[in-house]
Amino acid sequence: MASTYETVAGIISDTCDIEPDKITPDSHAINDLGIDSLDFLDVAFAIDKAFGIKMPLEQWTQDVNAGKVTTDEYFVLKNLCANIDKLVAAKV
Amino acid sequence: MRLEYFQMIDRITALDVPGGRIATACQVPEQSPVFEGHFPGYAVMPGVLLIETMAQTGGWLVLATLQCAKMPFLMQVEKAKMRSFVVPGQALVVEASLLHEGSGYAVVKASISVEGKKVTDAEIRYGVVPFPNDTLQAAMLETARRIGLPEEFLPKGHTNGA
Repeated sequence: MASTYETVAGIISDTCDIEPDKITPDSHAINDLGIDSLDFLDVAFAIDKAFGIKMPLEQWTQDVNAGKVTTDEYFVLKNLCANIDKLVAAKV
Repeated sequence: MRLEYFQMIDRITALDVPGGRIATACQVPEQSPVFEGHFPGYAVMPGVLLIETMAQTGGWLVLATLQCAKMPFLMQVEKAKMRSFVVPGQALVVEASLLHEGSGYAVVKASISVEGKKVTDAEIRYGVVPFPNDTLQAAMLETARRIGLPEEFLPKGHTNGA
């Protein structure tokens, strides 16, 4: 069974047409991989479907805009995957 | 339908919010300035307006799901297929089902049929955001009443004509 990171990296590679070897756990989806908001919509939809979750993107955006966290918390892939794991765990 | 005003939906004919489904009726007008250019001597409903019609139908499903608290804006159209010409005077049955309600976005699958035959279908994605101003929200609520969105899907405290 693929890890969360492998699944997410695969989604990003397929959805955004990014070479897999350019994607690492430390990649920032926007700053490093250049994923724009429209592509991120595709990524979010694919992640929600793959993991059966609803990523709280609006809350995350509010947290960033309020200065509570930096975008690294949600857009660096290893952090994104940790957040996905929390959402998956919360389902059970 | 009043094509030149982008009023694509005549009325909501079925709405099942828990089931994530909606149907609307849309009568293609016999005459419209749109048909003067598309095409001269051979009037055909533009494909982009068929997509808009599906997007508005799916949009009303999203609006109803959120009790008109936020506005779905068209962001993406996937797998759109124009299977047959649609011409002036035809009655369209437009259906949409909610594939996913995400946080800040929604995805529907929509189709248009004429006399039981599917003529167009697509997957449509919306960015769902707070209304940018009161004018737009008021206009949407007015349209909701015109096309028959049941009162229970309007914002709580909203009264007819408010």
